[in-house]
Amino acid sequence: MKTGIGVFVAAFAALGASWAGFVLAPSLQLGGTKVTTVLNSTDEYPVQRPGEAALGLQVYRANGCAACHTQQVQQDGTAFEVVLTGAGKDPVTVSNLAAGLKLTGLTKEAADAAAKTIADAGGKTETHLSGTGADISRGWGSRHSVAVDFLYDAPVQPGSLRAGPDLTNIGARAADANWQLVHLYAPKAIVKDSTMPSFAYLFEVRAATGSAEALKLPAGFAAPAGFEVVPTPAARHLAAYLLSLHADAPLYEAPYSQLAKP
Amino acid sequence: MNPIDNKSPAACSSEIDASLRVPLLALFGGAALWLVVGLVLGLLAGLKFHAPDLLGACPLMTYGRLAPAANDAVLYGFAIPAALGVILWIMSRLSGMPVALPIVPVVAANIWNVGVLVGIAGILIGESTGYPWLEFPRAAAVLLFAAFLLIAVSAAATFGWRRQRELFPAHWFLFAALLWFPWTYSSANLFLTAVHVPRGMVQAVIDWWFANNLLFVWLGLAGVGIAFYFLPKIGGRPLASSGYALFGFLTLMFFGSWVGIPVGAPVPAWLPTVSTVAAMLSIPPVIAIAIVSLRTACGAKVVCFGGPFCFLRFGLLSFFLGSMLYLITGCPRFGHLVQFTWYSVGQTQLTLLGFFVMVVLGGIYEILSKTSGLELPFPKLAKAHCYLAMLGVLLYAVPLVIGGVEQGIRLQNPAVPFADANAAALLWLRISSTGQILLILGSLLLALNIFVMTIKWKIALGKSLFAAVTAPLPVTEVKA
Ligand code: HEC
Repeated sequence: MKTGIGVFVAAFAALGASWAGFVLAPSLQLGGTKVTTVLNSTDEYPVQRPGEAALGLQVYRANGCAACHTQQVQQDGTAFEVVLTGAGKDPVTVSNLAAGLKLTGLTKEAADAAAKTIADAGGKTETHLSGTGADISRGWGSRHSVAVDFLYDAPVQPGSLRAGPDLTNIGARAADANWQLVHLYAPKAIVKDSTMPSFAYLFEVRAATGSAEALKLPAGFAAPAGFEVVPTPAARHLAAYLLSLHADAPLYEAPYSQLAKP
Repeated sequence: MNPIDNKSPAACSSEIDASLRVPLLALFGGAALWLVVGLVLGLLAGLKFHAPDLLGACPLMTYGRLAPAANDAVLYGFAIPAALGVILWIMSRLSGMPVALPIVPVVAANIWNVGVLVGIAGILIGESTGYPWLEFPRAAAVLLFAAFLLIAVSAAATFGWRRQRELFPAHWFLFAALLWFPWTYSSANLFLTAVHVPRGMVQAVIDWWFANNLLFVWLGLAGVGIAFYFLPKIGGRPLASSGYALFGFLTLMFFGSWVGIPVGAPVPAWLPTVSTVAAMLSIPPVIAIAIVSLRTACGAKVVCFGGPFCFLRFGLLSFFLGSMLYLITGCPRFGHLVQFTWYSVGQTQLTLLGFFVMVVLGGIYEILSKTSGLELPFPKLAKAHCYLAMLGVLLYAVPLVIGGVEQGIRLQNPAVPFADANAAALLWLRISSTGQILLILGSLLLALNIFVMTIKWKIALGKSLFAAVTAPLPVTEVKA
């Protein structure tokens, strides 16, 4: 490194290479990601978020929800499970046999062997595939997140800190708009020691009109007598977005619970 | 590289210092304010975990806005412009030249500060882009980019017209840094705030690429470059093992720029795999830089109770620790464990505040009185700042790292309810808030020193102007 030019060329080459690798190549490869289909079906995946939910994504961004919430389910591996579906002619023997076998958390070979043992005794089985890992055991999803889950989102907000639970599938976990709104208005009304901040500023407290929109709040959080709490449009959009968070369809690259050959 | 300032053909150092007086006071003054602002915003964000509804009614003060605003105020408000000031000074000194185009950095400093103001305000009112470390809305990004280019041009011109031909290790690092930021920042912003944003996870990949190149590579290049200038200079002996420095420089650039895609990210598997390999290959440069620093600093007979040398040594130690903590998250097992925990927050703060900010502060305290031609108004407070900052960083960052590992272990065990994993982190967060308070106190001392100094300088300037013009001119035309 004797000359300024030498330093410049070295730096240029180093940064250029990583730019080509991590900016250009992914733009070409991932940027061409297309809609796929749900495994063993012709349903398209993902579907575009409905209008209100797409607006809600921007509310999520503006309020920095991703500072505390991730939207990426992690998976350690997969495991097979053999489920008894028919006991055949000799139910007692078959079910005793099945009770004596290890039927969950199996490898493919072990699952096939168990299925064969039961089949030999006349029973019928189905073999299921499922993801394993802490996130899946916590009920945050059935499979790991994949790139196509985020296809229609801009900005994507995968998050990097779990100060709150993962929200990849919150739309399936808590599919009730009123629940979502109450939680946003007063997290402590739902989880006593919640460290989630209240987003009461997305709501309006106004003189009661008996509107259907008014939140049904538990005692201690309700508006004073004669008043009601109604969501602003931003809050409604945000709740619609949360309800649209459901990235759990089995895909070719992330399969689960499929009927495998016995 | 030590005694070049005395070599004959070069301009004398007081001339160089004087040429930088206005640009540096502008850059450092704004930066010092942003440091206070950023740390206070960070403290407010941290307090939310002890009292979630503190200031809850005010949308500007919601956690999801405060946290990125705090990070960006420290990084874009303090770290980058203050480092640019120090770099300008180093470039002039190494070139033996007064800074070229001194008006340019003054203009740039003002543009930069407006940009940061627009950016922070944008985040607080909900106009963040939503991409971590790139939250500033487009208008702010354009201002920052323009201001950076202006300063880089001024530094490059100073170098181009140099009277001192030799190239030092500090040069390599600082040059590369001057190239790195405009490229990564403009590229990431062009892709992510363009009209047709790339689809899906490409956005996240670009953001990770940018964040790594800023927080690991750029901070590394600029911070180590600054340290490699001041260590020998203050220590009074040349930089040890410059072969190691060259090795560290090249490998940091070539491998370090490929780190950053988290293990297990929902993207094609080759991306995190490449990052894992790059992270392992980036360990040697970090060690090489640590060896150079250690060998240069250890023999130096400098009594540094709280002086600039102290800042530098602590900074370099944090560089080593912070970088290692970062790179080992490339190991799949460990990476998975700490991935979504406070660990990475602590690690980032260790690198940003413990390494970079400390090195830059060392530089600022070293050159402040030289360039302004005035004594530091409160030298004792500068030393107090050193101790407050060191203790503050330790209390702020280290508990987050430890707490993050604990949180990770609990999150990995599905038998532990989520709320319990969360509660485990709260205790550590409490300690880290204490650290933040110490950091704020320290940054106030810096701001005090700079502002009193600026005022004194303005008064002195006014007096001399006044003396020069009173005789022949009517007083009404005197402007300070
Ligand atoms: C300071 C961190 C923090 C921020 C910011 C935050 N949350 Fe939370 N969130 C939590 C915590 C902690 C929980 C778990 C306790 C609870 O349910 O209240 C949670 C729970 C949730 C849940 C329920 C999850 C479940 O599995 O039951 C939803 C939905 C949610 N948050 C949505 C949001 C939205 C939308 C935003 C942005 C407007 C947001 N959060 C901002 C911390 C946060």
